[in-house]
Amino acid sequence: MADQSKFPPLDAARFPRMADKEQPLTGREAKTESLRCLFCFDAPCIAACPTGIDIPSFIRKISTGNVPGAAKTILTANILGASCARVCPTEVLCEGACVVGHDYEPINIGLLQRHATDYVMERGISVLEPARFSTGFKIAIVGGGPSGLGCAAELAKYGHHATVFEKDGYAGGLNTYGIAYYKMKPQVSLQEIALVESLGVTIKTGVTIGKDIPSESLLADFNAVFVGIGLGRGVRLGIPGEDGPGVQEALDFIRDIHELPLAEIPVGKNVIVIGGGNTAIDAVDQAKRLGAHTATLAYRRGEAQMTAYKFERELARTDACNILLNAAPIEILRDADGNVAGLKFVRTRIASDGKIADIPNSEWIEPCDQILLAIGQIKQQNLLHKLFPDLVLDAKGRVEVDPLTGATSLPMVFSGGDCANGGKEVVNAVGEGKKAALAIHRMLTGKNPTLPVQHSRHGVNGQPAGSGLLAPVRVSER
Amino acid sequence: MADLSIDLAGIHSPNPFWLASGPPTSTAYQAHRAFEAGWGGFVWKTIGDPIVNVSSRYSAMHIGSARIVGLNNIELISDRSIETNFREIAEVKKRWPRHAVIASLMTDTREKWHDLVKRGEDAGSDGFELNFGCPHGMCERGMGSAVGQNPDVAEKITSWVMEIATKPVIVKLTPNITNIIFAARAARRAGANAISLINTINSITNVDLDRFVPEPYVDGYSTHGGYCGPAVKPIALNMVQSCAADPESGLPISGIGGISNWRDAAEFLALGATGVQVCTAVMHRGFRIVEDMNEGLSAYLDSKGMRSVKELVGKAVHSLRKWENLNLNFKRVARIDYDLCIGCNLCHIACEDGAHQCIDLVNPDSNGIGYGPGRMPHKTVPQIREEDCVGCNLCSIVCPVDECIEMVEIPTGKQPMSWSNYQDRLANGQMAPLPAHP
Repeated sequence: MADQSKFPPLDAARFPRMADKEQPLTGREAKTESLRCLFCFDAPCIAACPTGIDIPSFIRKISTGNVPGAAKTILTANILGASCARVCPTEVLCEGACVVGHDYEPINIGLLQRHATDYVMERGISVLEPARFSTGFKIAIVGGGPSGLGCAAELAKYGHHATVFEKDGYAGGLNTYGIAYYKMKPQVSLQEIALVESLGVTIKTGVTIGKDIPSESLLADFNAVFVGIGLGRGVRLGIPGEDGPGVQEALDFIRDIHELPLAEIPVGKNVIVIGGGNTAIDAVDQAKRLGAHTATLAYRRGEAQMTAYKFERELARTDACNILLNAAPIEILRDADGNVAGLKFVRTRIASDGKIADIPNSEWIEPCDQILLAIGQIKQQNLLHKLFPDLVLDAKGRVEVDPLTGATSLPMVFSGGDCANGGKEVVNAVGEGKKAALAIHRMLTGKNPTLPVQHSRHGVNGQPAGSGLLAPVRVSER
Repeated sequence: MADLSIDLAGIHSPNPFWLASGPPTSTAYQAHRAFEAGWGGFVWKTIGDPIVNVSSRYSAMHIGSARIVGLNNIELISDRSIETNFREIAEVKKRWPRHAVIASLMTDTREKWHDLVKRGEDAGSDGFELNFGCPHGMCERGMGSAVGQNPDVAEKITSWVMEIATKPVIVKLTPNITNIIFAARAARRAGANAISLINTINSITNVDLDRFVPEPYVDGYSTHGGYCGPAVKPIALNMVQSCAADPESGLPISGIGGISNWRDAAEFLALGATGVQVCTAVMHRGFRIVEDMNEGLSAYLDSKGMRSVKELVGKAVHSLRKWENLNLNFKRVARIDYDLCIGCNLCHIACEDGAHQCIDLVNPDSNGIGYGPGRMPHKTVPQIREEDCVGCNLCSIVCPVDECIEMVEIPTGKQPMSWSNYQDRLANGQMAPLPAHP
């Protein structure tokens, strides 16, 4: 069992707002909610799920009292179903697509999925079995985040042996270190990693490919390689005053929340988070919940250009975070002791062509004592070039992959997750890892994996939308 | 993993879940889809001289937002030719040798019964089901329920079939009869191998109050239909148990009637069915429902330490006695869990108007009950007067919160005494009459 002292338990009495924001359903509530589901055929929720979980089926199983069966349906499609139940932006995925949401409230798929996965995890019920025979094929997985774990678990199902190489002390990637604490605790991710291992996957932590093991030996010693290294360090602002204490990447701040007792985390009185995406929202909201007097999110463009989901922005507002729009940071001001004292902004406007321009003579200073940067993570082009010099990357520095198979320009190498998609959700990473695993299985054995969908012989004028695994349908927020 | 395979009077099936004869079992296409989805058996839509159906054919009983609590149909037997049906049975059996394919038959003369049976056996059917149950259309011509309601006729026709059949024969019984065990006994006397019940129940689901015609609507008129679906499960369970407990019936039973999930199926098995058949639930949601049925039943058997589904069959048959043999000295009262009570007060009004007037509405402050989840402050809450509660358990049924009202046994210290014991003791002067309820 992994040493969990690295992830201290929450002192809920002192930091009640860092407890899970969403309460899990009771058995009674789960049953009632599950009965609202219509059990659609070729359901839109399945088409919207990037791992193609058969949602109506698992909800029906909850309603008949077959909760372990529900967990099996979920985890078979998505090995990180427990995390996804907590962190997926369901408003723009399954719940956003739910047909019941048309006239009423959509079915609370996220909480139902959590109910089923919690049920088996809490009781130690095992619903997945390791494959009964081994094919003898070995696959190396570079990176133990959601895409690597998704790929490894799927390969294990077909009897292939996957070895995951993770440079960090624990696998899970951002799923372990980077999720907003009030959405999910790292212990859930550790349990999922244990589940992946129970399928016969080998996970080696503290191993950096390229340093501890040369990438050439992966290509020589394994039948295929999956690259799931995610994204790199946070982008810096590059403005005067940035270097020095009090300015931190938001992801490092969030990592500290996982690794340190919350009481030890330095939180300023007046915190400013720079950025407009979901990570920025996570950071500013957690700063407020940890006790910042004011927590402000500053974004250089307007609200319409923010990439953060509407429901996340609403959460930040509900939690009394301030949102400054059209505010571009130009200088960080420090006091005599070198501590952050304020941030100078200039007002911007967005031209009709979308270009951003500073408005002259509109500077002002926001007092603050801590600044968190959430303006994106760099792509790991240099590392990728070093590991696989012939691997083709696209103009944005992402691994160029076939969207259906994760195949790269190198015949033995597949990729998925943030390093290939540029930075999406956990569920996208798992789905991409899974697709790559299916393609690797086909490449190594020549056999097509069977995905269970019954097609109608008459369904020729439009194939069933089927599983979102192949091409998830994105729903816009209501 | 429990073994779900069954053997119904010699018909082997990988699991107890069969599709009942009806619209889902009309074609080979459907049979292939059904077996692919995981069903164990398929009872073909009744084969006989092809009929012509009307439009519309179905109506339903919806209750609130619950759709198809009951389904009513006026569809008749197969409208496809006998040749087509048997050719398709042969095709299905070739592809699915280990699944059960049963030919349901309905015709009139002895010669025609013999002909259908022989052709069915040539096609490779694993067995036959004799349809003595259609409550509309066919009975008007002396077939279907006209046969089922008359045990002597049913016995005669069954014996014709038994003259020829070498494969197992199941007689499907109609519930539209005074006492179904007489029909079951007739099947046994004729030498049938098994019985299946129930077929559909005579019904009219609604009346259109503008046109003054029930549904299904056919050019200004309607007709009596056959009712099925979840609403009929209690009637079916009762009849299955009656046959299972009747020593003169004694045939293996295929249980039919409102089965939607594994739990329903397990209840039929516990009351004496060897296997089950499903129709309405598939018409509502498709063949895919069988996945949870197989999985859920298997998990249930595992949880009970039963290694085979056969161990479940009949476990509850003998838990039913005549009313007069139930213990009058068994006392239970209802108790409310105030941590769960939401203050809807439905238990009070049900008891007040509909039962025994022993639930009072009291002030939560003065009775130390306090405020449960979301209950309005200072609003009265229900309290059961245990000394007056007769333990009828109406409140526990009315209460919308699972497990909020529990029936709790109160030891009386008295010896068990049934009504029939009581009558004996009165007759022997061993006790005085019990006082009547005030």
